[in-house]
Amino acid sequence: MGTIIQLDNIIKRFYIGEPNELQILNGISLSVEEGEFVSIVGASGSGKSTLMNVIGILDRPTEGNYILDGVDINAAKDYELSKIRNEKIGFVFQTYNLISKTTALKNVELPMLYAGKKKKERIERSKELLDLVGIGERLKHKPEELSGGQKQRVAIARAMANNPAIILADEPTGALDSQTGRMVMDLFHKLNKEQGKTIVLITHSNELAEETQRIITIKDGNVIEERKGMGA
Amino acid sequence: MTLIYENILLAVNSLLANKMRALLTMLGIIIGIGSVIAIMTVGDSLTNSVSSSMESMGANNITVGLQQKTEKEEVNESGAVFGSSKKGSGLAQEKDYITTQMIEKLCETYPDSIEVISASETVGAGQSKTGNKSANTQVIGVSAGYFVANDITFLKGGAFSKRDFEGAKKVAIVSDKFVDNMFDGNLEDAIGNEVEVKTNDKYITYTIVGVYKYEEASFGFSTMSDKDITTSMYIPLKTAMNINHTTGFSQFSVVTKTGVDSVSFVNQIERFYEPFYRNNNDFEISAFSMESLVSTMMDMLSTITVAISVIAGIALLVGGIGVMNIMLVSITERTREIGTRKALGATNGSIRLQFIVEAVIICMIGGILGIVLGVILGNVAATLLGYPASASASSILASLTFSMTIGVFFGYYPANKAAKMNPIEALRYE
Repeated sequence: MGTIIQLDNIIKRFYIGEPNELQILNGISLSVEEGEFVSIVGASGSGKSTLMNVIGILDRPTEGNYILDGVDINAAKDYELSKIRNEKIGFVFQTYNLISKTTALKNVELPMLYAGKKKKERIERSKELLDLVGIGERLKHKPEELSGGQKQRVAIARAMANNPAIILADEPTGALDSQTGRMVMDLFHKLNKEQGKTIVLITHSNELAEETQRIITIKDGNVIEERKGMGA
Repeated sequence: MTLIYENILLAVNSLLANKMRALLTMLGIIIGIGSVIAIMTVGDSLTNSVSSSMESMGANNITVGLQQKTEKEEVNESGAVFGSSKKGSGLAQEKDYITTQMIEKLCETYPDSIEVISASETVGAGQSKTGNKSANTQVIGVSAGYFVANDITFLKGGAFSKRDFEGAKKVAIVSDKFVDNMFDGNLEDAIGNEVEVKTNDKYITYTIVGVYKYEEASFGFSTMSDKDITTSMYIPLKTAMNINHTTGFSQFSVVTKTGVDSVSFVNQIERFYEPFYRNNNDFEISAFSMESLVSTMMDMLSTITVAISVIAGIALLVGGIGVMNIMLVSITERTREIGTRKALGATNGSIRLQFIVEAVIICMIGGILGIVLGVILGNVAATLLGYPASASASSILASLTFSMTIGVFFGYYPANKAAKMNPIEALRYE
């Protein structure tokens, strides 16, 4: 099994050169193997959101190297980052972030649309994915017509669309009640086991983190602990 | 291509989701395009109306007449202009008149340009009476070309013969109304009959040789009954000149052959007569054609149309700014959506495209509605003016293209702003 994420001494500073210069990540090094289900845990203000932005290449590190699925992010040009995000990362947000006013099917199609896939292929894959997450019968529903759990399942299907190297889930159960949250977590386990998907779960909940194979704890911009979880 | 198609669907969806706002946004474009189309249609209608009324007056007629010479404007010491002061007595004398020889010379010089010459000499208004029947007439001596120049239709008989003209015969061509009053409408009876007409206190007897169809004046209307109506009675030109003891005219008209540029021929006529009046202190010859008058009026109309169109164009510009405004609002509202799209792999270019397509669609739909409104308004206005006209396909196409250009132009700034959003901040936006 290869290494999917390789972070090497990542430092992230904001307001560089200004009096209020702020260093959020103080040289984080970690790696995630293919097919792993890893959680990154930390209290708010620990720097886990910044770390997630770096892993999701929504942001570049100030210093340090990041190799994602064999691609050196530092060497990639700005316009190439969109393509890498599109192909290698599937985002799942706490607030679902579905495009309102368009159907579940269209939402799942979106990453494939940006990848330039053909319409027929997009629709087939979207249906397949919506079946996989268990809402194959709600293709034509708009987000406002879906429950929170259903919305998050559409979002997970969307994250899977381009068969990315990793799924990056930021507090995916944060806005759900415990029962639907449980269903979403079960879905992640299923994707990890049955599809061999690499999943990085970012959460503040130790309880959820325990379910994963490895728990990385962040505090004040440093990795303070790395240990195996119950899922290992 | 698929991206553009998907973006069009997306834009239509987002417009449908916000119908009222979309309509209000389009309003500026609708009013702008609508007024441009309506104004252009009304302009066409006015042009048609002017040209058709001018044509009925004979657009290829050139009127040649005496005109008082004017001196250059005099400026007094304080700089005020005293207007153009006129020389001479103001009344043309026998020596000033255009003679028949002068007209003949013109015909000999420009045989290729002149179709006919129409000259007339008014004898005066008079009344014809036999027994209890009477008819009012205006006796006018005319040249052979008069009937052609004025489109006169003969109902019976015909124009004067050469003998009538040269011999200054006392023959007349009367109107059908005259025949109604004097011969109970019997045209056969009228031809060859003699009528006595009193003009300027003199009784003169003419033999009727023809009857023409009386046409009501196209402008204004008469309150007179047919009984009292005054119609023209035409007599040979020379006959009238003999009666009036005159040898010349103050004016005549030239009908040009088809294909002759009457505007430049006007100048040729003026130059031709210039030597004849070089030593005349009071008068000179001036010529003008209906065509030049028409073209002046057309120029004026098109200037007005352009001026109003510019104002409508400003309305369109304001409409475009309205579109830009709403696009900016819409982008702020959809910040999270933009962030999500970027996270899912949308490039700056595809975000920009999405919002430009949306602006273009708003402007295009606005443009189409504006065209419909403009065509309706323009047609109604043109019909009310009496000269129906419709907007040309090219002007419709041009306004549609223009409105879409506005979409691209005013959509670019908001779209670019969206494209450059930082995905992290956009995703976090509440």
